[in-house]
Amino acid sequence: MGLPSGTFNQSYGQDMAIFRTRTHWVMLLAFLIFLFACPLFFSDRILTILTIIGITIISVHGLNILTGYCGQISLGHAGFMAVGAYTSAVLTAKLDWSFWAALPCAALAAGMVGLLFGLPSLRIKGFYLIMATIAAHFIIMWVILQLYSVTGGGNGLAVPRPEIGGFVFKSKGSYFYLVLIIACLGTFFAKNLVRTRAGRAFIAIRDNDLAAEVMGVNLLSYKLLAFFIGCVYAGVAGSLLVHYFAFATVDQFPFMNSVWYLGMLIVGGMGSTAGAIFGAVSLKLLDELVTIVGPILSAAVAPQAAASLGLIMRGLVIIIFLIFEPRGLAHRWQMVKAYYRLWPFSH
Amino acid sequence: MSFFLQLVVSGFALGMVYALIAIGFVIILKCSKAFNIAQGHFVMIGGYLGFTFLVTFHLPVWASLILAVAAAIILGLLIERFTLRPLVGQPVLAVIMMTIALATVLEGLATLVWGGEYKTYHGVLPTITLKIGELSIPPETLIGVMVSIAVVTILMLFFRYTRSGLAMMATAEDEQVVQSAGIKVTTVYALSWVIACVVGVIGGIILGGVSGVMIPLANVGLKAFAVVLLGGVNSIGGAIVAGIMVGVLENIAAGYLDPLLPSGGGLASVFPFIVMIIVLIFRPHGLFGLVEIERI
Repeated sequence: MGLPSGTFNQSYGQDMAIFRTRTHWVMLLAFLIFLFACPLFFSDRILTILTIIGITIISVHGLNILTGYCGQISLGHAGFMAVGAYTSAVLTAKLDWSFWAALPCAALAAGMVGLLFGLPSLRIKGFYLIMATIAAHFIIMWVILQLYSVTGGGNGLAVPRPEIGGFVFKSKGSYFYLVLIIACLGTFFAKNLVRTRAGRAFIAIRDNDLAAEVMGVNLLSYKLLAFFIGCVYAGVAGSLLVHYFAFATVDQFPFMNSVWYLGMLIVGGMGSTAGAIFGAVSLKLLDELVTIVGPILSAAVAPQAAASLGLIMRGLVIIIFLIFEPRGLAHRWQMVKAYYRLWPFSH
Repeated sequence: MSFFLQLVVSGFALGMVYALIAIGFVIILKCSKAFNIAQGHFVMIGGYLGFTFLVTFHLPVWASLILAVAAAIILGLLIERFTLRPLVGQPVLAVIMMTIALATVLEGLATLVWGGEYKTYHGVLPTITLKIGELSIPPETLIGVMVSIAVVTILMLFFRYTRSGLAMMATAEDEQVVQSAGIKVTTVYALSWVIACVVGVIGGIILGGVSGVMIPLANVGLKAFAVVLLGGVNSIGGAIVAGIMVGVLENIAAGYLDPLLPSGGGLASVFPFIVMIIVLIFRPHGLFGLVEIERI
């Protein structure tokens, strides 16, 4: 079902290939060209939305590797993003480092903090791990506020835009390209990671960690690896976010965002790289819809309607997907593809 | 010394709020093995319901209590029937995400209906003030202690001696065996959510009377999980003991360490989470919980 009819795999390499036919490649290239052409015909407002979606996709990829593939549920993802964001912000704003040196440091710092809070994951799982990551989120936020001489505390920190040579990524279009390239690389890496030995070990741990251990998967190292990689993604996303707004504050990483990232995974489809993208795009667009409809509703019904609409909407979307489509949009997409390939026959 | 005692006493009051949330959580966990993140939101809704009945409608206390409990029963039944029952047999994450989503919806509804403002109704509920020497014990502590002890006693008797209580305990153990023994599992689940909702709402009404309710109260629910974990996730008595411990320790830590910290401290906001991490690393089953043994 995974392939158009008449396509046969004759070697292992062909079987493993993600893009199998010429049509696949043409469609991929066309899609990439469309993405890179976006700044030519979209307004700044839409480019801002697209940039934020790109950053969210990077972050959700990390959560997908950690939660979707390795089964280690994290509700502290926004906290790990904040670690990356503040590392990068402090290095560029206070120590005058270049963005290009600060970005890897931010990724590494977030990964290290992820390792630290991932350590309990060997002993605990499920609900207990969720509690540990919730605690991680609030402890990280508290530490950031306490270190106000370095991080600016509640006042926030002004951050310079990245530059290369003499060129500053000042316009919406140029920053969109930066995020787009990193998001593409991130997707490429995420898609391929799960096809490696480590990725298969993650899936084995997710499906049954005791059985995986019996089969020779080293639980501690692979769980920590998943935490590290997931948080590296979060660190990169956090760094890109604060450099985009040229300002870092703790309000950019509320606890609700951690919940919302997991919601994106559920809506998109857990354990699927395409699902992470579907989820991030659809729920961010939903957020935009709420920001448009909210003020209208506020004027019509009550002043607090806008705030409550966002909350109710978010909750309802997650509830509806959990009940009616627990495998997410990625599964729907597979069904549509299969239907299209088999048409006009139903089986 | 009197500073220390005052810290302990106000810590007691805080601990009671934690314990009330933790008890509701433990009940649902004991019966249906579902982790209910929305328990703090039940308390918040309870406080707002109390405000509506007592202040907006000017009803007497007994009528308000009956109406609020009735509302809680309906809320519990609705939640169980429409959101949790479709998830029977789904992985842990699905159930937890469902309760988080529920929490979000409840927060949104509370914002819509009550405007997300701080509401309080001091002096409407009967209060008792006690003075020992120069130390005054705030009424919230006494009422909180009395209600919590009453709730825990009733629940312990319920779980120990009634048919439905025993059915609930058995369901948590193994729902398939229980079904073959002729117990209707769906009824047991519904009952557990109803009890948790009622406990939450009663706690909310008392809390609203003594210190007021507002939307961030729901976040206290997150802090209460430190209590749940410390007491052991399946121990009702543990919830009370751990609630008082965490509340008192949090107040003492904040009282003595905050002045030493840069940026004004705010240790109280993070202290339960530090407790949580320590418990999870060193004693994941808590003080009074059962150790889970896992087989392939």
